[in-house]
Amino acid sequence: MPKQKPEVRRRNFKEVALGYTEEQALAEANRCLQCPQPKCVGGCPVEIEIPVFIQLLKEKKYGDGIRKIKEKNSLPAVCGRVCPQEDQCQKNCVMGKVGEPISIGRLERFLADWERSRGFQVPEKAPPTRGKVGVIGAGPAGLTVAAELARLGHKVVLFEALHLPGGVLVYGIPEFRLPKSIVRSEAEYVKKLGVDMSLNCLVGRTYTIPELLKNGFDAIFIGSGAGLPQFMGVPGENLGGIYSANEFLIRVNLMRSYDFPEYDTPIRIGKHVVVIGGGNVAMDSARSALRLGADEVCIVYRRSREELPAREEEIVNAEEEGILCKLLAAPVRFIGDEKGCVKAMECICMELGQPDESGRRRPCPVKGSEFVMDVDTVIVAIGRTPNPIIQRTTEGLETTKWGTIVTKDDSGKTSIEGVYAGGDVVTGEATVISAMGVGKKAAKAIHEYLMSKGN
Amino acid sequence: MHKIVSKVELADKIKWLEVNVPHVAEKSRPGQFIMLIAGERNERIPLNIAGIDRNKGTISFAFNEVGKTTKELGLLKQGDSLENILGPLGNPSEIRNFGKVLCVGGGVMIAPIYLQVQAFHEAGNDVTTVIGARTKKLLFFEDKIKTLSRKVHIATDDGSQGHQGLSFMKNLLQAEKFDRCVAMGPVVMLKSVCEITKPFGIPTIVTLTPIMVDGMGMCGCCRVSVGGQMKFACVDGPEFNGHLVDFEELNNRQRVFLPEERLSSLLWEKSRG
Repeated sequence: MPKQKPEVRRRNFKEVALGYTEEQALAEANRCLQCPQPKCVGGCPVEIEIPVFIQLLKEKKYGDGIRKIKEKNSLPAVCGRVCPQEDQCQKNCVMGKVGEPISIGRLERFLADWERSRGFQVPEKAPPTRGKVGVIGAGPAGLTVAAELARLGHKVVLFEALHLPGGVLVYGIPEFRLPKSIVRSEAEYVKKLGVDMSLNCLVGRTYTIPELLKNGFDAIFIGSGAGLPQFMGVPGENLGGIYSANEFLIRVNLMRSYDFPEYDTPIRIGKHVVVIGGGNVAMDSARSALRLGADEVCIVYRRSREELPAREEEIVNAEEEGILCKLLAAPVRFIGDEKGCVKAMECICMELGQPDESGRRRPCPVKGSEFVMDVDTVIVAIGRTPNPIIQRTTEGLETTKWGTIVTKDDSGKTSIEGVYAGGDVVTGEATVISAMGVGKKAAKAIHEYLMSKGN
Repeated sequence: MHKIVSKVELADKIKWLEVNVPHVAEKSRPGQFIMLIAGERNERIPLNIAGIDRNKGTISFAFNEVGKTTKELGLLKQGDSLENILGPLGNPSEIRNFGKVLCVGGGVMIAPIYLQVQAFHEAGNDVTTVIGARTKKLLFFEDKIKTLSRKVHIATDDGSQGHQGLSFMKNLLQAEKFDRCVAMGPVVMLKSVCEITKPFGIPTIVTLTPIMVDGMGMCGCCRVSVGGQMKFACVDGPEFNGHLVDFEELNNRQRVFLPEERLSSLLWEKSRG
């Protein structure tokens, strides 16, 4: 797929991957063997009928193709861009055994963009029921549940704490990977399905779940995500110039600091930026920092390149853009200047020991290997945990010691009748598509629950 | 959209807005705050709730016009609307009958301290209040607070009215015993208040106002060290035991974006001619 050249894109926030032309999409679709027993579908958390939509694309029936995808996935323009297809549908593709697997994600993106440029068609909805559902969090899980239930005829109110819908799609994933206009139009589609969006509404504070249940909601879905940043707990972490990845990305993406001073929210980027962590959030932070004008951006990760949890495609993108990697190292303290801003970081080298509970080899500090790096901006991207507000304000809601909500089975049922949960708030930080997959199952369970109650 | 029901200029560059936002008013308690985005390009800013009227469905807050966002907010008039208000956020104050309560409010935070004075007064406390500002012209609410306090003390940095500085509080605390002190104001003031109350062993609750982006636990920008532990002012506070707060760190963190704020403010002034 064509991309912006690294030397150009490293200084702008425009989308990196430019998408297929019609010709390219047709050529790629033509490579699909249309397996009688397709393996790709099993790799998709929302079970899109992949060969069917590819066949429709091949026949240039683009409208039918996107409709086929939307039977299973309400956010195809998002998923076509940010799903880790290489670990899901494309991993199972038979073509991958003899060469490159079919680029299913790019074809999905092609169809979604084709539709978006022409305006959405709202699919047929089931006749209205008497059921009313409150969905908490307008991120990938919440948008999916809301869309599914609205199509089944239920009245849905989607509560979102931020001023824009999209959750991590709008505050977390940068413009150059997922343009915000796409999130906006996907959310617009969900609204067109009849979902009522209540923005600036923090459930747990503005309303509590017990209040919603008392005031006419028959069921609740909690998709509040994993929005609480983790810190390392090393000395000097509160110095100026040290951001959580969440703060950094919220400023840049949601509040558009990259357009400062046209937009009021500032961001300070120094010359020497380090990002701690090796996941997609770390890559997003590093690449954003570069685009904001840093001279040098270095990712510091405590394991080796092999264990980097980020998508391979994003690691390659980052490397092409000139992001440096300091592997097998971890910070032990930050050193500040007279104004209380960070000026250096002391690290210790690591070596890999025995595998830990995650199956990856555990990093162990190497005695006496400390070294100091000059840094003026640090972005801590070592993970996020669920926000505790709902858990603290909902009596009887069972949670784990990590703050995630306990669900009984894959339907998302919680310890309270009529209350379901799914996405990162249940699993801890995971992917957009896995949250959507769980959302679909929860929507089905909520639908059955509502129907059993005579709604 | 939330209509501005009334607007008052409390002092030079200090404005008070009363806004119609019934679902927030319904839930708001003294000690909590809201996040506001006045216009699409403005910052999200935290504002301490300074008035709650559930019958009218309004809340009120005061702000200082310091940067571009607050200057633009200051231009809005009665009848204009604010698009994005999120709240109430943070934990409500612990309001009950403690006995003798000393309320200390400085600068723009005299506005929310008035709400504390009301609440402690209604809970049956004997309330003494200290209000302070840089200079005489920046004081407000003295009369309102007087009606609910047994005694009101005034302090200014330049001595233009009342006591100069807060050191007089030592004598105050020597003369009578207080059961609780609550303080709202700039970091330097909070620090001084805590230094004064600590030797007397008076439990001192400070409301912290670090920089926040989301206001609900997501960004960690408002992290503060309290008793050596990292706390988020938005979800763990905004009130903390003042004797445990690392004020120096807080002060540094509040100043991180000063150069950018100045730039944005200057460009704005220039664009307006």
